[in-house]
Amino acid sequence: MTVNPWVRPYVLTGGRTRTRHPLFVHTLVSVPQYDPGYAAQLPPEARRLYERANTAVQSVAELSAHCGVSLGVTRVLLGDMAARDRMVVNPGGYESPYDPRLLKRVIDGLYELA
Amino acid sequence: MGFMSSPNPEPRLTSAKIVVAGGFGVGKTTLVGAVSEIPPVNTEAWMTQTSKTVDPLSEDTGKVTTTVAMDFGRVTLADDLVLYLFGTPGQARFWPMWDDLCRGASGAVVLVDTHRLDASFAAVNYFENDSDVPFIVAVNLFDGEQTHDLADVREALQLSPHIPLVTCDARTRGAAVETLTTSLNHTMRQTANGHDVPAVR
Repeated sequence: MTVNPWVRPYVLTGGRTRTRHPLFVHTLVSVPQYDPGYAAQLPPEARRLYERANTAVQSVAELSAHCGVSLGVTRVLLGDMAARDRMVVNPGGYESPYDPRLLKRVIDGLYELA
Repeated sequence: MGFMSSPNPEPRLTSAKIVVAGGFGVGKTTLVGAVSEIPPVNTEAWMTQTSKTVDPLSEDTGKVTTTVAMDFGRVTLADDLVLYLFGTPGQARFWPMWDDLCRGASGAVVLVDTHRLDASFAAVNYFENDSDVPFIVAVNLFDGEQTHDLADVREALQLSPHIPLVTCDARTRGAAVETLTTSLNHTMRQTANGHDVPAVR
């Protein structure tokens, strides 16, 4: 652990706006092991995201909206936390959004709602 | 990294996404709200927060000057499956956000209001030309009555014959579900045919 693990997001990423983890708006993330000491040293935006993500598995968009952190910054912060194993980016069970098994499950699930 | 190897206690969730597009005021939020288990989350909040840090005056008044009318909803379909519905911002200047929203989507629904067909021209153009996400077009029946023949609507939109065109009362859950499943069935047909098999961009 470095002495000061946090600087402003785009400095931290060297101006990158992409992360090695694909973070779509609907990508689910979660906190594998909550660490209060880690949370305490985070700047406010990152801390809000970290705390909220710890309450339940949820999407990037939900975290952004509920924490009041813009989508772009949310992505960078989550990507960085994921690179440090502080956040788990859920790979989902299917490689493609067009996987017929996924489509069928969603269709069946929707019909159960109706 | 052995010390991080303890298994994630949460069950492995999968999320899917359907995009609901169309012009301003065609009923995107209504459709999302008809099936969502949470009140549609309006992303104006994102812009509010942004403008607050840029413009201290807005903090006093609480006034939002820039509105991005984009909503999303969430439906838990099973213990391990969540569906997100994203309404695109209607305004053309937010097109970069459309690309962002459509990435990884399983399907898209373009909603149209027959009284203002032109409001959804941009959305139809976008999905025909600039996106690989399979889409359908749904005529929103605001008053529950069909006022235009679907063939006329297809003609006016110059819609390709293979694009499904359906009617939908976006206020009712049953109709919203029917529209969403039509979209996913269309995706299944399109991608099974071998053409339009897109990589996730």
